[in-house]
Amino acid sequence: MPSISIFEVIGPNMVGPSSSHTAGAVAIALLVKKMFNEPISEVEFVLYGSFAKTYKGHGTDRALLGGIQGFETYDLRIKNSFQLADECGIKYSFRVDEKETEVHPNTVEIHVSGEEGGTMSVRGVSLGGGKVKIVRINGIDVDFTGEYSTLVIRHLDYPGMVAYIATSLSERNVNIAFMRLFREQKGATAYSVVESDEEIPQELLEKLREHPKVEDVMLIQV
Amino acid sequence: MDFISGSELLKLCEENHCRISEVMREREASEFGADSEETISRMKEAYRIMKEACHKPLDQPVASIGGLIGGEAAKVRNRRRSGKSICGSMLSKAITYSLAVLEVNASMGLIVAAPTAGSSGVLPGLLLALEEEFSLDDEQIIDGLFTASAVGYLIMRNATVAGAQAGCQAEVGAAAAMAAAAATEIMGGTPKQCMDAATSAIVNLLGLVCDPVAGLVEYPCQNRNVLGAANALVCAEMALSGVEQFIPFDQMVDTMMMVGRSIPFELRETSLGGCAVTDAACRKTCEIFKTK
Repeated sequence: MPSISIFEVIGPNMVGPSSSHTAGAVAIALLVKKMFNEPISEVEFVLYGSFAKTYKGHGTDRALLGGIQGFETYDLRIKNSFQLADECGIKYSFRVDEKETEVHPNTVEIHVSGEEGGTMSVRGVSLGGGKVKIVRINGIDVDFTGEYSTLVIRHLDYPGMVAYIATSLSERNVNIAFMRLFREQKGATAYSVVESDEEIPQELLEKLREHPKVEDVMLIQV
Repeated sequence: MDFISGSELLKLCEENHCRISEVMREREASEFGADSEETISRMKEAYRIMKEACHKPLDQPVASIGGLIGGEAAKVRNRRRSGKSICGSMLSKAITYSLAVLEVNASMGLIVAAPTAGSSGVLPGLLLALEEEFSLDDEQIIDGLFTASAVGYLIMRNATVAGAQAGCQAEVGAAAAMAAAAATEIMGGTPKQCMDAATSAIVNLLGLVCDPVAGLVEYPCQNRNVLGAANALVCAEMALSGVEQFIPFDQMVDTMMMVGRSIPFELRETSLGGCAVTDAACRKTCEIFKTK
């Protein structure tokens, strides 16, 4: 069981009204914003479970759109996130999916498109008390929280990848707290997720990208 | 210096001749390597946000997102000012501030989830009233918040603070237990008295259902935060008077979880039972979702 800090009890500092439906929604979308390596031009939010049922009343929609614009859970601009998104030209839409029921009650799938033409789909769940986790990227199941500095590396499932990543980290004195590999099928796209207690240097991303089997590297810095 | 139960916490207090707040600060440092000054300054910031939420709607009532609440805090404040309060100054202030925080929460204002957003009025409501009525300073209240977090941590660890899992007893009940312990320590109670206050706070709200109208954290949530603050106050008063609870805190935490599991699904934040399905609530729900 992960240890509970004082500020998980007295906190988070947040815009109301619900830690799971508002603060959690901000947190998921903010992780997506951090993972996506270009400015977001368009976003679609697909809401499941309880998110689908009560998102308007809890401001989950405004919270999600706020997170996508980089707002933290305590940012009062969340309340006006629709207007602010309009002003900076981000297109957004919300869709409710009540057919897929085998999901965590507070689930959102976020599809983003970037100004440079990139796209990404990320599924996140809000676990209560403002805690969240990312459970899927581009159709592949993953599992991380963003509470640590996190590297998400998309690469081909190929021998030596884990060693290459681990060596690159150790060369820069980054201590790995957790490292996991997620893949759908042998030889296809895989995601390596590395979580560290310390800050991960930006130049490490360039180094990792040099490897021919690495397709993309994302960094969530704490 | 970690502890995983109320009895371990009390033992640590006894061995080190210190208060619960001190043990909790020590734990944060040992478990997370947290710098003590930074921990205190983060707590100060939390208290600043809490206070602002207690005061803001008194002069500028705000409408909630669902439109079910707004303006209640100012009404209670005005009655107290007219000298007619039947609760007396201390309780009337606690009511006012608890109502205010939930009003801010329901209008997408800034609050501190303590332990949750839906129960965020209890702790600031009682503690700010205490600070004003007894001319305390912020530092004493901030110590109380550390004590509260020790109680909240144990409930989170050994039971839950999620209404969806265990009903409102897990939210407002937990908040009341936290506030009761905090108030007891602030007013000079022993660690044992703090835990007694927390225990009786849970006893008193055991089984409390979670039935938000239209699924919104507005009503009856706001009323129940007031109940939580009042409950914490009476439990602290009992504990400070030397009234002991023979059931240990840890057993009440386990019991809360067991009761939570046996609360019907309809009464655990699904809005399928309780207040949420009264005729009046159903009419409100239709109105809210028609206009949205």
